[in-house]
Amino acid sequence: MAGRRARLRRRALVTTGLLLGVLVLFAASLMIGNTFYGPGPVLRVLAGQQVDGASYTVGQLRLPRATTGLLVGLAMGTAGVTFQTLLRNPLASPDVLGISTGASAAAVFGIITLGLDETAVSLLALGGALATALTLNVVAARGGFVGSRFILIGIGMAAMLQSIVAYLLSRAAAWDIQTAMRWLTGSLNGATWRAVAPLAAACAVLVTVLAARGRDLAVLRLGDDAAAALGVNVGRARLLSMLAAVVLLAFATAASGPVAFVAFMAGPIAVRMVGTGASLVLPAGLVGSAIVLAADLIAQHAFETRYPVGVITGLLGAPYLIALLIGTNRSGGSL
Amino acid sequence: MPGVVPLRRPAWTRIGLLAISAGGLVVLCGLSVAFGTRGVGWNDLWAGLGGASDDLAQAAVAKRLPRTVLGVLVGASLGLAGTTMQAITRNPLAEPGLLGVLNGAALAVVVGIAYTGLSGPYAQLAVAVAGSTAAAVFVYTIGSMGRGGATPLKLSLAGAATTAACASLVNAVLLPRIDVMDSFRFWQIGGVGGATWDRITVVAPFLAAGALICTANARSMNSLALGDEIAAGLGADVARARVTSALGAVILCGVATSVAGPIMFVGLIVPHVCRLVIGTDHRWLLPFSALGGAALLVASDIIGRVVARPEELEVGIVTSVVGAPVLVWVAGRLKAREL
Repeated sequence: MAGRRARLRRRALVTTGLLLGVLVLFAASLMIGNTFYGPGPVLRVLAGQQVDGASYTVGQLRLPRATTGLLVGLAMGTAGVTFQTLLRNPLASPDVLGISTGASAAAVFGIITLGLDETAVSLLALGGALATALTLNVVAARGGFVGSRFILIGIGMAAMLQSIVAYLLSRAAAWDIQTAMRWLTGSLNGATWRAVAPLAAACAVLVTVLAARGRDLAVLRLGDDAAAALGVNVGRARLLSMLAAVVLLAFATAASGPVAFVAFMAGPIAVRMVGTGASLVLPAGLVGSAIVLAADLIAQHAFETRYPVGVITGLLGAPYLIALLIGTNRSGGSL
Repeated sequence: MPGVVPLRRPAWTRIGLLAISAGGLVVLCGLSVAFGTRGVGWNDLWAGLGGASDDLAQAAVAKRLPRTVLGVLVGASLGLAGTTMQAITRNPLAEPGLLGVLNGAALAVVVGIAYTGLSGPYAQLAVAVAGSTAAAVFVYTIGSMGRGGATPLKLSLAGAATTAACASLVNAVLLPRIDVMDSFRFWQIGGVGGATWDRITVVAPFLAAGALICTANARSMNSLALGDEIAAGLGADVARARVTSALGAVILCGVATSVAGPIMFVGLIVPHVCRLVIGTDHRWLLPFSALGGAALLVASDIIGRVVARPEELEVGIVTSVVGAPVLVWVAGRLKAREL
């Protein structure tokens, strides 16, 4: 009993710590910039008051951007850990598997070729993500479901879809770098309230749903038979959770582009902090938010040029993937 | 003896197959010159082939000649490189694009241009080859750590991670340099549209050198396929064969990328299709892969120019769209333990 209580306490402490960290990063995103605004003006703007200069900069520019970053990180972290848990493999993250690339390709098609508005683009992105996930499921399941095959095929599909995105962007009539970067690696530039509204709605509903099912997911980690014995409706839990994850990922991608590797990194980092054996959904979501907000702060202010957030997360995530590969390989584990 | 199935195709069958595919390639080249984003008539075709460029149609034909030749060279190189990589890693999914070798070359060229103002074609070639070598070494090292050596999954994951890292680094380098970025975004897709006779004369000797190195190791590749111990027992110097073959492959990849951008999946499709037709003896497979790669690239280029008239689909897009299903097919055929 003491061990369990200690673990629960640790979990609660870490999750609260993560929440505080995310709030600090959020506040920093509002305060730091070309002009630094202290907590006072920021709070006044948040309360709805008119403050010279700050109302526009903080209220119209930084607040939507920070909110988008927070929600995108939350959605991608949650989606990533759900996939990694259900497929029992940290490498089976939806961005490695090409599902976010599929969403991005559909979104680019909607914006550039069809000229749709934000909500329609989100729905199209969802269609792209679902189509990719479905194709992946169908082709990888032939001859029996083998995790490695699933991942290999996902890598191939990601490469193909990335070419399609690059091609569609090169055909864009009024090409500009911001748009290209957003859809190739993910960017929070140009975040607006309208663009983030669908994502906010999806997060409110689906993150709650997944967090509520967190216990089921944790039990599924023990294996299908054990989970069934423990009373989890395995087939339905898996399907619903995957669906929720894909929807979250698609809407997040529609809002900011496929921010590289966030979905991949959030789960493993959350596991290291919180430990296994419990619901990882909220911790991973918070880790995702923290990664996106921190990366965006670095991307905007650490260098002479303002980079899109995806470049920084890509530079963080690729070495992390390689380190994970090396670590797994060295310890003799199998992927 | 009745009922005995011949285990190997007689040599004349293979020569015949090579001749047929060479003939097919010639036909494809003819189609490539005749068809494109702009329709041309017979008169303009002959005039353009003769070098006249009196009007747009003849000029279009004259432009298609170097484009076709470059397509043949690049396609042959990528096909050879793919077969070589699959032989030395014993991995049916080894492919220069998937393993990050092409992106490593691209990153090296971008860094070279951005930081040192690299301008000569030879300098670009050298940098590209250095990049592809570094990427190949990196990916192979990581992928072969641990139990089981370089399995397809580990190599592909290492390749995907390296590709992502290279892509991020390229963005990080190019974003402050908007003018370079603008020309890069077209090159990144991979295509032979910018072919000129000058560039062809620069790259052709290096591609020939790489091809020679690979084909010289054909016998060793046959031995390598049997496993390292057996190969050593058969007298092949395993390490040296691997290193020299890999050298040939990275030279081919680096040079091809420097002139045509990263074109993925050719090195995956061609070896598998060629193996189905001509068998696994690398002394025949390598030349056939060269012909097959050339044919695939020229055909993809024709498709790209005809399907999207009056614009064109770059070759890299067509091969990507065709290559992903091939990857699925190959991965589906592998047994679980081979992954």
